Amino acid sequence: MSQQPTREGGLLYRETPSQTAGPYVHIGLALDVAGLPLRDEEIWSRMAAPEAEGEAIELVGRVIDGNGDPVRDAFLEAWQADANGDFQPDFDLQKPFNSFGRSATTADGASEWSFTTVKPGRVPAANGKPMAPHVCLAVFARGINIHLNTRLYFDDEAEANAACPVLNAVESPARRETLIARREEVDGKIRYRLDIRLQGEGETVFFDI
Amino acid sequence: MQDSDNKRFVPRDRNWHPPAYAPGYKTSVPRSPNQALVSLQHPSRSELTGPRFEALRLGPHDNDLLMNYREGQGQDGLPIGERIVMFGRVVDQFGKPVPHTLVEMWQANAGGRYRHKKDGYLAPLDPNFGGVGRCLTDAQGWYHFRTVRPGPYPWPNDPNSWRPAHIHVSVMGPAIATRLITQMYFEGDPLIPRCPIVQTLGDPEAVDTLTGRLDMARSRPMDYLAYRFDIVTRGALQTYFENQG
Repeated sequence: MSQQPTREGGLLYRETPSQTAGPYVHIGLALDVAGLPLRDEEIWSRMAAPEAEGEAIELVGRVIDGNGDPVRDAFLEAWQADANGDFQPDFDLQKPFNSFGRSATTADGASEWSFTTVKPGRVPAANGKPMAPHVCLAVFARGINIHLNTRLYFDDEAEANAACPVLNAVESPARRETLIARREEVDGKIRYRLDIRLQGEGETVFFDI
Repeated sequence: MQDSDNKRFVPRDRNWHPPAYAPGYKTSVPRSPNQALVSLQHPSRSELTGPRFEALRLGPHDNDLLMNYREGQGQDGLPIGERIVMFGRVVDQFGKPVPHTLVEMWQANAGGRYRHKKDGYLAPLDPNFGGVGRCLTDAQGWYHFRTVRPGPYPWPNDPNSWRPAHIHVSVMGPAIATRLITQMYFEGDPLIPRCPIVQTLGDPEAVDTLTGRLDMARSRPMDYLAYRFDIVTRGALQTYFENQG
Protein backbone atom coordinates (compact mmCIF):
# COMPACT_ATOMS: atom_id res chain seq x y z
CA MET A 1 0.00 0.00 0.00
CA SER A 2 1.14 3.49 -0.67
CA GLN A 3 0.52 6.46 1.57
CA GLN A 4 0.42 10.17 1.05
CA PRO A 5 -0.21 12.94 3.55
CA THR A 6 -3.71 14.33 3.62
CA ARG A 7 -4.38 18.01 4.00
CA GLU A 8 -5.61 17.23 7.49
CA GLY A 9 -2.14 15.99 8.30
CA GLY A 10 -3.17 12.36 8.69
CA LEU A 11 -2.22 9.57 6.35
CA LEU A 12 -4.26 8.48 3.41
CA TYR A 13 -3.58 5.29 1.49
CA ARG A 14 -3.73 5.59 -2.27
CA GLU A 15 -6.48 3.66 -3.98
CA THR A 16 -5.30 0.48 -5.64
CA PRO A 17 -4.76 1.44 -9.28
CA SER A 18 -6.91 -0.11 -11.99
CA GLN A 19 -5.71 -2.44 -14.72
CA THR A 20 -7.71 -3.60 -17.72
CA ALA A 21 -10.13 -6.48 -17.19
CA GLY A 22 -8.62 -7.98 -20.36
CA PRO A 23 -10.08 -10.28 -23.01
CA TYR A 24 -10.71 -13.16 -20.60
CA VAL A 25 -12.79 -11.27 -18.04
CA HIS A 26 -15.52 -13.85 -18.66
CA ILE A 27 -13.56 -16.58 -16.88
CA GLY A 28 -13.96 -14.64 -13.67
CA LEU A 29 -17.20 -12.72 -14.07
CA ALA A 30 -19.31 -14.24 -16.89
CA LEU A 31 -18.44 -17.94 -16.84
CA ASP A 32 -20.96 -19.02 -19.47
CA VAL A 33 -19.34 -16.74 -22.06
CA ALA A 34 -15.92 -18.28 -21.37
CA GLY A 35 -17.42 -21.76 -21.73
CA LEU A 36 -16.89 -22.64 -18.07
CA PRO A 37 -19.40 -24.64 -16.02
CA LEU A 38 -21.60 -22.46 -13.82
CA ARG A 39 -21.34 -22.52 -10.05
CA ASP A 40 -24.33 -22.89 -7.71
CA GLU A 41 -25.19 -19.22 -8.06
CA GLU A 42 -23.96 -16.67 -10.56
CA ILE A 43 -24.58 -12.94 -10.86
CA TRP A 44 -26.34 -12.63 -14.20
CA SER A 45 -28.29 -10.39 -16.54
CA ARG A 46 -31.76 -11.30 -15.31
CA MET A 47 -32.31 -8.65 -12.67
CA ALA A 48 -36.08 -9.05 -12.56
CA ALA A 49 -38.18 -12.20 -12.53
CA PRO A 50 -41.62 -12.08 -14.24
CA GLU A 51 -43.30 -11.54 -10.87
CA ALA A 52 -41.21 -8.46 -10.04
CA GLU A 53 -43.19 -5.32 -9.41
CA GLY A 54 -43.12 -2.78 -12.24
CA GLU A 55 -43.00 -2.67 -16.00
CA ALA A 56 -40.97 -5.60 -17.40
CA ILE A 57 -38.41 -4.35 -19.87
CA GLU A 58 -35.27 -5.44 -21.62
CA LEU A 59 -32.24 -3.20 -22.03
CA VAL A 60 -30.08 -3.97 -25.03
CA GLY A 61 -27.25 -2.44 -27.02
CA ARG A 62 -23.81 -2.72 -28.45
CA VAL A 63 -20.49 -1.21 -27.48
CA ILE A 64 -18.84 0.51 -30.45
CA ASP A 65 -15.16 1.48 -30.68
CA GLY A 66 -13.54 4.50 -32.33
CA ASN A 67 -13.38 2.69 -35.68
CA GLY A 68 -17.12 2.06 -35.64
CA ASP A 69 -16.64 -1.64 -34.96
CA PRO A 70 -18.56 -3.52 -32.28
CA VAL A 71 -16.53 -4.41 -29.19
CA ARG A 72 -17.02 -8.15 -28.92
CA ASP A 73 -15.38 -8.68 -25.55
CA ALA A 74 -17.05 -6.01 -23.43
CA PHE A 75 -18.42 -6.76 -19.98
CA LEU A 76 -21.07 -4.58 -18.33
CA GLU A 77 -22.51 -4.14 -14.88
CA ALA A 78 -25.87 -2.51 -14.21
CA TRP A 79 -27.13 -0.88 -11.01
CA GLN A 80 -30.63 0.55 -10.74
CA ALA A 81 -33.51 1.24 -8.40
CA ASP A 82 -36.62 -0.91 -8.35
CA ALA A 83 -39.96 0.30 -9.73
CA ASN A 84 -40.51 2.34 -6.55
CA GLY A 85 -37.20 4.15 -6.78
CA ASP A 86 -35.54 2.09 -4.02
CA PHE A 87 -32.27 0.25 -4.38
CA GLN A 88 -32.23 -3.40 -3.39
CA PRO A 89 -28.62 -3.75 -2.26
CA ASP A 90 -28.87 -7.25 -0.78
CA PHE A 91 -28.21 -9.42 -3.80
CA ASP A 92 -30.32 -12.54 -3.48
CA LEU A 93 -31.33 -14.75 -6.40
CA GLN A 94 -34.41 -15.89 -4.47
CA LYS A 95 -35.83 -12.37 -4.65
CA PRO A 96 -37.90 -11.26 -7.67
CA PHE A 97 -35.75 -8.16 -8.21
CA ASN A 98 -32.05 -7.35 -7.79
CA SER A 99 -30.60 -3.91 -8.35
CA PHE A 100 -27.36 -5.41 -9.71
CA GLY A 101 -26.75 -7.36 -12.90
CA ARG A 102 -23.98 -8.40 -15.28
CA SER A 103 -23.89 -8.93 -19.03
CA ALA A 104 -21.30 -9.36 -21.78
CA THR A 105 -21.30 -8.65 -25.48
CA THR A 106 -21.00 -11.78 -27.56
CA ALA A 107 -18.06 -12.75 -29.75
CA ASP A 108 -20.31 -13.43 -32.76
CA GLY A 109 -23.66 -12.32 -34.19
CA ALA A 110 -25.10 -8.95 -33.16
CA SER A 111 -22.62 -8.67 -30.28
CA GLU A 112 -25.14 -7.13 -27.91
CA TRP A 113 -25.31 -6.91 -24.15
CA SER A 114 -28.73 -7.13 -22.53
CA PHE A 115 -30.47 -6.96 -19.16
CA THR A 116 -33.89 -8.28 -18.25
CA THR A 117 -35.26 -5.89 -15.66
CA VAL A 118 -38.07 -3.50 -14.75
CA LYS A 119 -38.25 0.18 -15.46
CA PRO A 120 -36.71 1.94 -12.45
CA GLY A 121 -38.56 4.51 -10.38
CA ARG A 122 -37.15 7.93 -9.60
CA VAL A 123 -34.27 8.34 -7.16
CA PRO A 124 -33.51 11.65 -5.43
CA ALA A 125 -30.38 13.56 -6.40
CA ALA A 126 -28.04 14.82 -3.67
CA ASN A 127 -30.15 17.98 -3.33
CA GLY A 128 -33.29 15.90 -2.79
CA LYS A 129 -34.83 16.72 -6.16
CA PRO A 130 -35.81 13.69 -8.23
CA MET A 131 -33.55 12.46 -10.99
CA ALA A 132 -35.10 10.99 -14.11
CA PRO A 133 -35.38 7.18 -14.15
CA HIS A 134 -31.98 5.74 -15.07
CA VAL A 135 -29.75 2.72 -14.93
CA CYS A 136 -26.07 3.09 -14.00
CA LEU A 137 -23.78 1.13 -16.30
CA ALA A 138 -20.09 0.31 -15.92
CA VAL A 139 -18.18 -0.84 -19.00
CA PHE A 140 -15.11 -3.05 -18.80
CA ALA A 141 -13.08 -4.54 -21.67
CA ARG A 142 -9.68 -5.29 -23.08
CA GLY A 143 -8.17 -1.92 -23.97
CA ILE A 144 -10.17 -0.11 -21.26
CA ASN A 145 -7.63 0.70 -18.56
CA ILE A 146 -10.16 1.85 -16.00
CA HIS A 147 -13.83 1.03 -16.35
CA LEU A 148 -16.17 3.65 -17.78
CA ASN A 149 -19.24 4.78 -15.85
CA THR A 150 -22.29 5.92 -17.74
CA ARG A 151 -26.07 6.04 -17.36
CA LEU A 152 -28.97 4.83 -19.44
CA TYR A 153 -32.05 7.08 -19.54
CA PHE A 154 -35.42 6.45 -21.24
CA ASP A 155 -36.75 8.32 -24.28
CA ASP A 156 -40.37 8.19 -23.06
CA GLU A 157 -39.46 10.25 -19.97
CA ALA A 158 -38.83 13.51 -21.80
CA GLU A 159 -40.19 15.74 -19.04
CA ALA A 160 -38.25 14.01 -16.25
CA ASN A 161 -35.12 13.92 -18.42
CA ALA A 162 -35.33 17.67 -19.06
CA ALA A 163 -35.37 18.31 -15.30
CA CYS A 164 -32.75 15.74 -14.27
CA PRO A 165 -29.82 17.45 -12.52
CA VAL A 166 -27.34 14.81 -13.67
CA LEU A 167 -28.37 14.97 -17.32
CA ASN A 168 -28.20 18.74 -17.05
CA ALA A 169 -24.66 18.49 -15.69
CA VAL A 170 -23.75 17.51 -19.25
CA GLU A 171 -23.15 20.89 -20.82
CA SER A 172 -23.84 19.96 -24.43
CA PRO A 173 -27.53 19.11 -25.08
CA ALA A 174 -26.45 16.99 -28.05
CA ARG A 175 -24.23 14.90 -25.82
CA ARG A 176 -27.09 14.28 -23.36
CA GLU A 177 -28.78 12.39 -26.18
CA THR A 178 -26.01 9.77 -26.08
CA LEU A 179 -27.49 8.54 -22.78
CA ILE A 180 -31.08 8.15 -23.93
CA ALA A 181 -32.27 4.66 -24.87
CA ARG A 182 -34.97 4.26 -27.54
CA ARG A 183 -38.10 2.32 -26.81
CA GLU A 184 -39.03 -0.54 -29.16
CA GLU A 185 -41.75 -3.13 -29.02
CA VAL A 186 -40.75 -6.56 -30.26
CA ASP A 187 -43.28 -9.41 -30.10
CA GLY A 188 -45.23 -7.49 -27.47
CA LYS A 189 -42.15 -7.03 -25.28
CA ILE A 190 -40.81 -3.64 -24.31
CA ARG A 191 -37.19 -3.09 -25.09
CA TYR A 192 -34.95 -0.03 -24.78
CA ARG A 193 -31.93 0.16 -27.02
CA LEU A 194 -28.75 2.11 -26.40
CA ASP A 195 -25.41 1.79 -28.15
CA ILE A 196 -22.41 2.85 -26.09
CA ARG A 197 -19.86 4.64 -28.27
CA LEU A 198 -16.43 4.65 -26.71
CA GLN A 199 -14.84 7.25 -28.94
CA GLY A 200 -15.45 9.76 -31.72
CA GLU A 201 -18.73 10.71 -33.35
CA GLY A 202 -21.64 10.35 -30.95
CA GLU A 203 -19.26 9.47 -28.12
CA THR A 204 -21.20 8.42 -25.03
CA VAL A 205 -20.98 10.64 -21.96
CA PHE A 206 -18.93 8.98 -19.25
CA PHE A 207 -19.00 10.18 -15.67
CA ASP A 208 -16.40 10.56 -12.97
CA ILE A 209 -18.49 9.35 -10.05
CA MET B 1 -33.14 9.94 4.36
CA GLN B 2 -30.81 6.99 3.94
CA ASP B 3 -27.31 6.31 5.28
CA SER B 4 -25.90 6.91 1.82
CA ASP B 5 -27.32 10.43 1.71
CA ASN B 6 -24.62 11.95 3.90
CA LYS B 7 -21.78 9.80 2.64
CA ARG B 8 -19.19 10.56 0.01
CA PHE B 9 -15.93 9.05 -1.19
CA VAL B 10 -12.47 10.50 -1.63
CA PRO B 11 -12.32 11.48 -5.33
CA ARG B 12 -10.47 9.15 -7.66
CA ASP B 13 -6.99 10.38 -8.51
CA ARG B 14 -7.11 10.02 -12.27
CA ASN B 15 -3.37 10.70 -12.55
CA TRP B 16 -2.61 7.71 -10.36
CA HIS B 17 -4.85 5.33 -12.30
CA PRO B 18 -3.84 4.56 -15.89
CA PRO B 19 -5.20 6.99 -18.49
CA ALA B 20 -7.85 5.74 -20.92
CA TYR B 21 -5.53 6.48 -23.85
CA ALA B 22 -2.19 4.74 -23.43
CA PRO B 23 -0.84 4.16 -26.96
CA GLY B 24 1.82 1.68 -25.82
CA TYR B 25 -1.12 -0.62 -25.09
CA LYS B 26 -2.50 -0.61 -28.60
CA THR B 27 -6.06 -1.76 -27.96
CA SER B 28 -6.59 1.30 -25.78
CA VAL B 29 -6.19 3.56 -28.84
CA PRO B 30 -9.66 2.93 -30.39
CA ARG B 31 -11.30 2.17 -27.03
CA SER B 32 -10.48 5.38 -25.14
CA PRO B 33 -12.94 8.30 -25.00
CA ASN B 34 -11.75 11.58 -26.52
CA GLN B 35 -14.09 13.70 -24.43
CA ALA B 36 -13.44 14.55 -20.81
CA LEU B 37 -15.32 12.66 -18.11
CA VAL B 38 -18.28 14.60 -16.70
CA SER B 39 -17.68 14.97 -12.97
CA LEU B 40 -20.60 14.43 -10.63
CA GLN B 41 -19.96 17.09 -8.03
CA HIS B 42 -22.74 15.77 -5.82
CA PRO B 43 -23.10 12.02 -6.20
CA SER B 44 -26.48 10.51 -5.31
CA ARG B 45 -27.69 7.19 -3.96
CA SER B 46 -27.16 5.83 -7.46
CA GLU B 47 -23.40 6.09 -6.97
CA LEU B 48 -23.12 5.89 -3.17
CA THR B 49 -24.86 2.56 -2.79
CA GLY B 50 -23.91 -0.81 -4.22
CA PRO B 51 -24.65 -4.51 -4.01
CA ARG B 52 -23.96 -6.66 -0.94
CA PHE B 53 -23.42 -10.38 -1.38
CA GLU B 54 -23.88 -12.00 2.03
CA ALA B 55 -26.89 -13.85 0.59
CA LEU B 56 -25.05 -15.13 -2.50
CA ARG B 57 -24.59 -18.86 -1.99
CA LEU B 58 -20.90 -19.56 -2.48
CA GLY B 59 -19.72 -23.12 -3.03
CA PRO B 60 -17.29 -24.72 -0.56
CA HIS B 61 -14.40 -24.55 -3.06
CA ASP B 62 -15.20 -21.23 -4.70
CA ASN B 63 -11.97 -19.75 -3.29
CA ASP B 64 -9.90 -22.90 -3.79
CA LEU B 65 -8.69 -23.24 -7.37
CA LEU B 66 -6.83 -26.46 -6.51
CA MET B 67 -10.18 -28.10 -5.82
CA ASN B 68 -12.88 -26.31 -7.80
CA TYR B 69 -12.20 -27.78 -11.23
CA ARG B 70 -11.15 -31.42 -10.96
CA GLU B 71 -11.43 -34.03 -13.62
CA GLY B 72 -8.91 -36.46 -12.13
CA GLN B 73 -8.97 -38.13 -8.73
CA GLY B 74 -6.76 -37.76 -5.64
CA GLN B 75 -3.29 -36.26 -6.02
CA ASP B 76 -3.39 -36.77 -9.78
CA GLY B 77 -6.56 -34.70 -9.90
CA LEU B 78 -4.74 -31.60 -8.71
CA PRO B 79 -3.58 -28.90 -11.12
CA ILE B 80 0.03 -28.73 -12.31
CA GLY B 81 2.09 -25.83 -10.99
CA GLU B 82 3.52 -24.10 -7.95
CA ARG B 83 0.98 -24.24 -5.16
CA ILE B 84 0.36 -20.79 -3.71
CA VAL B 85 -1.99 -18.94 -1.42
CA MET B 86 -2.88 -15.41 -2.44
CA PHE B 87 -4.22 -13.42 0.48
CA GLY B 88 -4.58 -9.92 1.75
CA ARG B 89 -6.79 -7.33 3.23
CA VAL B 90 -9.27 -4.98 1.64
CA VAL B 91 -9.16 -1.60 3.40
CA ASP B 92 -10.30 1.84 2.40
CA GLN B 93 -8.01 4.81 1.98
CA PHE B 94 -8.26 5.58 5.70
CA GLY B 95 -7.14 2.06 6.57
CA LYS B 96 -10.63 0.98 7.63
CA PRO B 97 -11.35 -2.67 6.79
CA VAL B 98 -13.93 -3.34 4.07
CA PRO B 99 -15.85 -6.31 5.48
CA HIS B 100 -18.02 -8.84 3.62
CA THR B 101 -17.23 -7.47 0.20
CA LEU B 102 -17.05 -9.64 -2.89
CA VAL B 103 -13.53 -10.38 -4.17
CA GLU B 104 -13.30 -12.29 -7.44
CA MET B 105 -10.22 -13.47 -9.35
CA TRP B 106 -9.31 -15.26 -12.55
CA GLN B 107 -6.06 -16.37 -14.08
CA ALA B 108 -4.19 -18.49 -16.61
CA ASN B 109 -2.91 -21.94 -15.64
CA ALA B 110 0.74 -22.70 -14.81
CA GLY B 111 1.56 -22.83 -18.53
CA GLY B 112 0.04 -19.42 -19.25
CA ARG B 113 -3.13 -20.76 -20.92
CA TYR B 114 -6.60 -19.51 -20.07
CA ARG B 115 -9.61 -21.83 -20.00
CA HIS B 116 -11.52 -19.62 -22.41
CA LYS B 117 -13.06 -20.35 -25.79
CA LYS B 118 -10.97 -17.60 -27.33
CA ASP B 119 -7.51 -18.47 -25.98
CA GLY B 120 -5.59 -20.50 -28.53
CA TYR B 121 -2.07 -20.27 -27.02
CA LEU B 122 0.20 -23.28 -27.61
CA ALA B 123 0.44 -24.17 -23.93
CA PRO B 124 -2.00 -26.92 -22.96
CA LEU B 125 -5.13 -26.66 -20.85
CA ASP B 126 -4.81 -28.35 -17.49
CA PRO B 127 -7.66 -30.85 -17.08
CA ASN B 128 -7.78 -30.04 -13.38
CA PHE B 129 -7.69 -26.27 -13.51
CA GLY B 130 -10.47 -23.82 -14.32
CA GLY B 131 -8.90 -20.56 -13.16
CA VAL B 132 -11.72 -18.74 -11.35
CA GLY B 133 -12.28 -17.95 -7.68
CA ARG B 134 -14.46 -15.79 -5.48
CA CYS B 135 -14.99 -15.11 -1.80
CA LEU B 136 -16.26 -12.50 0.63
CA THR B 137 -13.85 -10.66 2.89
CA ASP B 138 -14.25 -11.45 6.59
CA ALA B 139 -15.26 -8.93 9.26
CA GLN B 140 -11.70 -7.49 9.23
CA GLY B 141 -11.47 -7.30 5.46
CA TRP B 142 -9.26 -10.37 4.91
CA TYR B 143 -9.60 -12.65 1.88
CA HIS B 144 -7.63 -15.63 0.60
CA PHE B 145 -7.48 -17.96 -2.37
CA ARG B 146 -5.56 -21.20 -2.89
CA THR B 147 -4.30 -21.69 -6.43
CA VAL B 148 -1.23 -22.29 -8.59
CA ARG B 149 1.06 -19.55 -9.78
CA PRO B 150 -0.01 -18.59 -13.31
CA GLY B 151 2.50 -18.67 -16.16
CA PRO B 152 3.47 -15.70 -18.31
CA TYR B 153 2.21 -15.76 -21.89
CA PRO B 154 2.76 -13.99 -25.20
CA TRP B 155 0.19 -11.64 -26.70
CA PRO B 156 -0.06 -9.59 -29.86
CA ASN B 157 0.85 -5.99 -29.07
CA ASP B 158 4.49 -5.30 -29.88
CA PRO B 159 6.22 -7.91 -32.07
CA ASN B 160 7.19 -9.87 -28.95
CA SER B 161 5.06 -8.84 -25.96
CA TRP B 162 4.68 -11.08 -22.91
CA ARG B 163 2.40 -10.61 -19.95
CA PRO B 164 4.12 -11.09 -16.61
CA ALA B 165 2.52 -13.72 -14.41
CA HIS B 166 -0.62 -12.08 -13.03
CA ILE B 167 -3.94 -12.71 -11.37
CA HIS B 168 -6.94 -10.55 -12.28
CA VAL B 169 -8.72 -9.24 -9.20
CA SER B 170 -12.18 -7.69 -8.96
CA VAL B 171 -13.41 -5.98 -5.81
CA MET B 172 -16.80 -4.44 -5.25
CA GLY B 173 -16.30 -2.30 -2.15
CA PRO B 174 -19.21 -0.59 -0.40
CA ALA B 175 -20.65 1.24 -3.43
CA ILE B 176 -20.73 1.41 -7.19
CA ALA B 177 -18.35 4.35 -6.81
CA THR B 178 -15.69 2.11 -5.26
CA ARG B 179 -15.87 -0.65 -7.89
CA LEU B 180 -12.42 -1.70 -9.05
CA ILE B 181 -10.80 -4.30 -11.30
CA THR B 182 -7.04 -4.69 -11.29
CA GLN B 183 -4.22 -7.24 -11.59
CA MET B 184 -1.73 -8.62 -9.10
CA TYR B 185 1.82 -9.22 -10.29
CA PHE B 186 4.47 -11.33 -8.59
CA GLU B 187 7.45 -9.85 -6.79
CA GLY B 188 10.67 -10.22 -8.76
CA ASP B 189 9.14 -11.04 -12.15
CA PRO B 190 11.49 -9.56 -14.82
CA LEU B 191 8.56 -9.21 -17.23
CA ILE B 192 6.79 -6.60 -15.06
CA PRO B 193 8.73 -3.54 -16.29
CA ARG B 194 8.56 -4.78 -19.90
CA CYS B 195 4.77 -5.11 -20.04
CA PRO B 196 2.80 -2.52 -22.05
CA ILE B 197 -0.23 -2.98 -19.78
CA VAL B 198 1.85 -2.42 -16.63
CA GLN B 199 3.37 0.60 -18.38
CA THR B 200 -0.07 2.23 -18.64
CA LEU B 201 0.64 3.18 -15.01
CA GLY B 202 2.63 6.39 -14.94
CA ASP B 203 4.08 6.05 -11.47
CA PRO B 204 6.50 3.23 -10.50
CA GLU B 205 4.98 3.39 -7.04
CA ALA B 206 1.61 2.43 -8.53
CA VAL B 207 3.22 -0.66 -10.08
CA ASP B 208 4.69 -1.44 -6.70
CA THR B 209 1.23 -1.45 -5.08
CA LEU B 210 0.12 -4.07 -7.63
CA THR B 211 3.00 -6.40 -6.80
CA GLY B 212 2.15 -9.33 -4.53
CA ARG B 213 4.83 -9.95 -1.89
CA LEU B 214 6.20 -13.32 -0.93
CA ASP B 215 5.27 -13.90 2.72
CA MET B 216 7.31 -16.77 4.12
CA ALA B 217 5.67 -16.50 7.54
CA ARG B 218 2.32 -17.40 6.04
CA SER B 219 3.70 -20.03 3.70
CA ARG B 220 3.12 -23.60 4.76
CA PRO B 221 6.12 -25.95 4.89
CA MET B 222 5.99 -28.79 2.34
CA ASP B 223 2.78 -27.35 0.90
CA TYR B 224 2.51 -23.79 -0.51
CA LEU B 225 4.09 -20.33 -0.74
CA ALA B 226 2.01 -17.32 0.25
CA TYR B 227 1.75 -14.02 -1.61
CA ARG B 228 0.20 -11.02 0.05
CA PHE B 229 -1.84 -8.52 -1.93
CA ASP B 230 -3.65 -5.75 -0.06
CA ILE B 231 -6.36 -3.82 -1.87
CA VAL B 232 -7.30 -0.23 -1.11
CA THR B 233 -10.74 1.07 -2.06
CA ARG B 234 -11.82 4.71 -2.02
CA GLY B 235 -12.12 6.21 1.43
CA ALA B 236 -15.62 6.73 2.79
CA LEU B 237 -16.39 10.07 4.40
CA GLN B 238 -19.36 11.47 6.23
CA THR B 239 -20.67 14.86 5.19
CA TYR B 240 -21.00 16.93 8.35
CA PHE B 241 -23.11 19.77 7.06
CA GLU B 242 -25.99 19.08 4.72
CA ASN B 243 -27.04 22.67 4.39
CA GLN B 244 -24.66 24.59 2.19
CA GLY B 245 -25.96 27.86 3.56
